[in-house]
Amino acid sequence: MTKEKEEHREDPMQIDSNRVPTGSLLTDYLRIYYGKFFPYTDMFKWLAYGNDGKHPGCDSSYFGRREFSFTIKSDRDEVYLRFQSFFNASEMETSIKAKCPTKIDIGAVYTVDPAKRHAYAQSGFNPIERELVFDIDISDYDDVRYCCSGADTCLNCWPLMTIAIKVIDTALREDFGFSHILWVYSGRRGVHCWVCDSRARRLSKEQRSAIADYFHVYKGGENSLKKVTFSGPLHPFLARAYTDALKNEFEKWVSTQKLFEHEERFHKILQLIPDESVVSELAEKWQGNSVRWEHLKHMLQSGSKKTQGLRRCIEEIVFSYTYPRLDIQVTKGMNHLLKAPFCVHPGTGRICIPIDPKKCEEFDPTSVPTVAQLIEELNANASIGADNYVEKTSLAASVHLFRTCFLEPLIKTCKDELENAYNTMMQQTKDSLNW
Amino acid sequence: MEIVRSQRRNGSDGSGSSASLPLYKSAPSLEFRLEEFGQYAIDRLRVLQAISDGLSRGKKPEEMENLVSEQWRANMKHQDADKTLRKDIISHFVLRLVYCREEEMRRWFLSMETALFRYRFRLQNAEAQKSIMNELQLQYNVLGNAEYETIKDKLTEAARSVNFTSNPEAVFYKVPFEDVPELVASRRVFILKGFAFVPRNQVVSLVCTIFRSNISKALALTNRKWRAMIQDQEKDRIAPMVEALGNVYLGPDYSKPKDCAEISLKDINQLASTSFPLCMRHLFGKLREDHHLKHQGRMQLGLFLKGVGLKLEDALAFWRAEFSQKVGAERFDKEYAYSIRHNYGKEGKRTDYTPYSCQKIIMSTPSTGDHHGCPYRHFSEENLRAALNKMGVGGRAMDDIMDKVRNRHYQLACTLTFEATHGTSCETGINHPNQYFVESRKFFESKNKHSQPTA
Repeated sequence: MTKEKEEHREDPMQIDSNRVPTGSLLTDYLRIYYGKFFPYTDMFKWLAYGNDGKHPGCDSSYFGRREFSFTIKSDRDEVYLRFQSFFNASEMETSIKAKCPTKIDIGAVYTVDPAKRHAYAQSGFNPIERELVFDIDISDYDDVRYCCSGADTCLNCWPLMTIAIKVIDTALREDFGFSHILWVYSGRRGVHCWVCDSRARRLSKEQRSAIADYFHVYKGGENSLKKVTFSGPLHPFLARAYTDALKNEFEKWVSTQKLFEHEERFHKILQLIPDESVVSELAEKWQGNSVRWEHLKHMLQSGSKKTQGLRRCIEEIVFSYTYPRLDIQVTKGMNHLLKAPFCVHPGTGRICIPIDPKKCEEFDPTSVPTVAQLIEELNANASIGADNYVEKTSLAASVHLFRTCFLEPLIKTCKDELENAYNTMMQQTKDSLNW
Repeated sequence: MEIVRSQRRNGSDGSGSSASLPLYKSAPSLEFRLEEFGQYAIDRLRVLQAISDGLSRGKKPEEMENLVSEQWRANMKHQDADKTLRKDIISHFVLRLVYCREEEMRRWFLSMETALFRYRFRLQNAEAQKSIMNELQLQYNVLGNAEYETIKDKLTEAARSVNFTSNPEAVFYKVPFEDVPELVASRRVFILKGFAFVPRNQVVSLVCTIFRSNISKALALTNRKWRAMIQDQEKDRIAPMVEALGNVYLGPDYSKPKDCAEISLKDINQLASTSFPLCMRHLFGKLREDHHLKHQGRMQLGLFLKGVGLKLEDALAFWRAEFSQKVGAERFDKEYAYSIRHNYGKEGKRTDYTPYSCQKIIMSTPSTGDHHGCPYRHFSEENLRAALNKMGVGGRAMDDIMDKVRNRHYQLACTLTFEATHGTSCETGINHPNQYFVESRKFFESKNKHSQPTA
């Protein structure tokens, strides 16, 4: 028998937790993952936003009008099923366990049950609620990181994601007044953000666009040179981002990425300076000089050069390297499908676990549990006859974080809102019955 | 910078009262003649088209104010202010009928009418503006002193980031940020805990958002009414005029190429180097080089090729030939073929998408890894020069083009490129990449005809 055939036949419970599973092995792992680990009840509680049927003011159709989509991979094929919907947690659980999708995406809440959309006129099927979402990929920073590229990441460049979380999370809470925000590791090279306040869910496309543009500072395609231009004093949001996060992170970045030690690397920075005389003076002095960044800062900040465009040059450089680079289109659309938390990333085997924004510097993408690791832990617990063995695996901490930092406060707010809306409606009915 | 010039102009519409800037809340019960129906609409349409042109050339707000004032005076104004108002109202409602019928038309009309309203509002004096705001039922909180004190510094900081030497504003309106999306998008206001603090000199944005939303709802209603009864009732009288008016200024949208304009795959390289505008040449070149394009690039180039006459089967073959070199034929069929068929209206809700106009392309926002957009706008000067060099443009023509670019006249720059590469003048100016292609083919075809040897 060839080695390949042997591997195919092996017992999925005997695993090598360092290997990323593929093909039918992945499917076997997923079956166990969906059987024992995926938190159906928590996901339902989240997406029902309080409409769990327990209060007379609930909308029992709400959960059923949410679109999910499944990506199902078999050995030969990949099938993409849109417009999946479920009446309750139990139906969702049954469907996921039966189909074993390699990816689950969450879409919008529509006017009617997506699975039944054909029964309605085209104009009757529209998205009406959807979380405000953000998607940040570290591969969009390939031009400023030298340790990794593409889908890879390491502890040297991951701080870019930490910065992004800090800047955006702060703005969402302080500037926009949102509080129910979930950050999720995307499983390989980035993070997703779900803003779940009811105010956020009801934003129109135009308003989402406005928010996306508010955050859009790093602009330009492959052919423009300077992606960040500040012509005057910074808006309070940008000033805060600079002072509280970007300035210091850039100093660290200079050292971890050795930005001033290699010619091609500091040449890129020099290209951002719109004054030829400054650039040539620096280039000359830097032959063999190692304190370049200090020198550059001094020169640009001294104000001795009166060229227009130099006043904010330091900030422009810092922002170009460290400011969050969002995929704007993801935020602008109302029916963009985004991967669900607690999925398994098929490329890495890692679980898409939540990240606590208050402790995001501590998050280590290289130590996120993998599906293989979880199954191994499950085996170990079972073999010693422990009770509640799932809760003794590495996933428990993530589920706990999801519940305490996000789900519980959210449900409380939703219940309060439902209660208020219901009382208002009852009062109005009473009033209208009075002659 | 949006400063309301309340001192300099005293209501160029004559009266200064809000009666001179109507909100078009309901259809007027006025009587007018059928000839007025058509003529008034066309006059207003000229104004809207001029606004459309001005916006796509990136004119600054002060320039737009002048443009609107001139256009209004030239096309709409009457000596008698009442007659002007009458024409204003009638023409608006007639155009509502014309432009309510299709989504793209609604979007265009809405944008242009909002722009027209915006600049006319700016030209009103303070009294008139206040009375318009009351009419729109703006019960907005003027920011109280106590709260003002706590955020004074941030308000100043925000104001200075917009207009570097502004004097501190006295009056602010505290509104939910959802009500001023444009100000939020361009970071022109300070926002805190979900509220935007709009200074008096930015109140235009607030007013326009409400105006826009009202007209948008009205358009949807008009559309339903048109379909349900008016179209039928008026099929001998107004309906034919409405149809005709709808074709007046939008021009061809190049979504259905004429039969003789079909192109085949073997010609495509040649056509790209002689007749594609720079934006499409660049995308085409990148596709050949990288065997890949990101989504917006695929849309911009793909729809252009459809407009140029590339049939679906040929399009699939073309994209597959490129993409399969990078991702493999199987992945192409699974992941990319669907969206090409989608562009041709063969999937999903079967909309037949129209190729992007220059205005749309100029307004797009290319990001990391993108090659779409308008090179005259989105390329650095160095990259643009290099790209134009490759097209054979140099010397004096290059300088003229760069000059246009620096003044943000992107479509004029493209027109000059056309003229430089074809050795002929382009009277109409370029508004659409497919128009560039059509003009180019016309030129080469007539050149070939003239050079045919006679028997």
